[in-house]
Amino acid sequence: MSDSTRSDSTRADLARADTARPSLAARLPGLSALGPLLALILLVALGAYLNENFLSAGNVTNVLARSAFIGMIAVGMTFVITSGGLDLSVGSMAAFIAGVMILAMNALLPSMGVGVPLILAGMGIALGAGLLAGLGNGLLVTKARIEPFIVTLGTMGIFRSLVTWLADGGTISLDFGVRQLYRPVYYSGLFGIAWPILVFAVVAIAGQVAMRHTRFGRYCEAIGSNDKVALYSAVNVERIRLMTYVLLGLLVGLATIMYVPRLGSASGSTGMLWELEAIAAVIIGGTALKGGYGRVWGTVIGVLILSLIDNILILADLVSPYLNGTIQGVIIVLAVVLQRSKSSA
Amino acid sequence: MERRTFLTTAAIGTAAAATGLSLPAMAQGKKAVIGVSIPSATHGFMGGLNWHAQDTIKRLKATYPNLEFVLATAGAVGKQVNDIEDMVATRNIDALVVLPFESEPLTSPVKAVKDAGKWVTVVDRGLSQAGIEDLYVAGDNTAFGRVSGEYFKANLKPGAKIVVLRGIPTTLDNERVDAFKIAIEGSGIEILDMQHGNWNRDKAFSVMQDYLSKHKKIDAVWAADDDMAIGVMEAIAQSGRQKEMWIVGGAGMKQIIKRVMDKDPQIPVDVSYPPALISTALEVTALNFVSATPVYGRFIIGSTLITAENAAQFYFPDSPF
Repeated sequence: MSDSTRSDSTRADLARADTARPSLAARLPGLSALGPLLALILLVALGAYLNENFLSAGNVTNVLARSAFIGMIAVGMTFVITSGGLDLSVGSMAAFIAGVMILAMNALLPSMGVGVPLILAGMGIALGAGLLAGLGNGLLVTKARIEPFIVTLGTMGIFRSLVTWLADGGTISLDFGVRQLYRPVYYSGLFGIAWPILVFAVVAIAGQVAMRHTRFGRYCEAIGSNDKVALYSAVNVERIRLMTYVLLGLLVGLATIMYVPRLGSASGSTGMLWELEAIAAVIIGGTALKGGYGRVWGTVIGVLILSLIDNILILADLVSPYLNGTIQGVIIVLAVVLQRSKSSA
Repeated sequence: MERRTFLTTAAIGTAAAATGLSLPAMAQGKKAVIGVSIPSATHGFMGGLNWHAQDTIKRLKATYPNLEFVLATAGAVGKQVNDIEDMVATRNIDALVVLPFESEPLTSPVKAVKDAGKWVTVVDRGLSQAGIEDLYVAGDNTAFGRVSGEYFKANLKPGAKIVVLRGIPTTLDNERVDAFKIAIEGSGIEILDMQHGNWNRDKAFSVMQDYLSKHKKIDAVWAADDDMAIGVMEAIAQSGRQKEMWIVGGAGMKQIIKRVMDKDPQIPVDVSYPPALISTALEVTALNFVSATPVYGRFIIGSTLITAENAAQFYFPDSPF
């Protein structure tokens, strides 16, 4: 067992073989946990130093609201990865749900008229589609017993081509009138904080509580650690695994609800590479890719790091835009190195 | 509603076409088969191109009963190479109309088709070796950048500040941007920033948000693509700075053309780079098989400024793009 996962997980993991280790270390926050936080603080300091507008309310709102979609998905992804799974289909799934949602709202428009019920119906459809998509992935993984990588690679292609087909190769656009009514869901907020940020915050806090303080969270870690032991400990492994995929599907639906009012459209290029950003955020945050240990607040930091890099690169003009990808890659690797080397110290 | 037509157009009709045409390119009574290989509809422009390809094939088949078409769309370079090999091996094509995914990897597969004695029409992206194709049909990227630049030069005062969104880093994008820079030379217009928006709405939206936080005054935006222009407009609307700047996109998306027609002050003009250039390639290639019209050579479709006056002729409300 690697050192990086020991300190926090012993207290949570009843199914682990070495639960007999002393729990002193577990009481203190592991030094390794501070790695991503440190990287985030460094990035914020760098951004503030390079451009005076970086910490302006407008820019902070932009960055946080932009992070919200990937953020909600990444929180769900944390549970899937913690329990030893993986989901590559989330980006395509978001595009597909956005397409279905917009088409359904346009179709319901003549009978329902522009109004709040129509928006609520659209939201319900998005959540329903997310639930079904997640259930599909989950059943293929648990009942058909296919590797999650293969299942979700398959559904990734399916959702992507379905949305392209629905859009006839072009773009699906929400009716203009409905769009005007729905727009504030992305652009306005409560007490000056934009809705996507608020929803993301609620999802993140609920995720953290679920991971640390509920049976579901502990079971996820137990299964990811060793599914045989979990099974012998009377954990319903299949049901928990299925639940993680359904939860992720629902969160993709929720992210789509916040995404659609932004541009009011969906196309074959919507949500491109979101799955990789979400997985990267989860790993930067300190969750083990092989499962067994999950850290939801770390995931939130990972998401923020990823969107900050993009933002700083554009605000600062440091390097040729051709090299933006290089800088992103270096920072992602550094954030993870920071966390690993701290833990072995 | 018929959406994907690679199956329908691939229907193998071996019934002899009883046409009395005597043509050099085909034996009497035999149908000429034209293979069409294009990238799949991964973004707005390609979506439009796919739609125009299908639409034109439908029309040509109705007009010329002795022409048969095989359409294949590819999402990656390797798939396109396979498609072309399959067309030659199993469909016995007489001509190939190809929009290469990338120039380098497609050069030798297309050359093999030519060496087998088939007619080759290359569309939009040239091959890396000259002289393979019989017919080359393309848009004019240099003109695209130049026409945009000239509009900026004519409509902005010296000292005006603009921001630019670039596409996916490619030669095509470089040609456009270089021509744009040359066109605004000496005008005193200052380019504040130039970043890649990857011809993507979402990416353009966030890049424009960052431009708006960074720069207090922006007079105009060269979004260089209509999909990106939509993302840019949304970011500007969010900041409430609609009155401060205008936007020039490019390509000819119907929503943008509509705004130009309606004299939207935010989108005063658009610059054409029509996805319908595939139709030109198909029509001209078809002519080779149904008439004695000489059609070999190069056909470059100009990029023109679309204004409120001429917008109607660029407006295709049925196209998805």
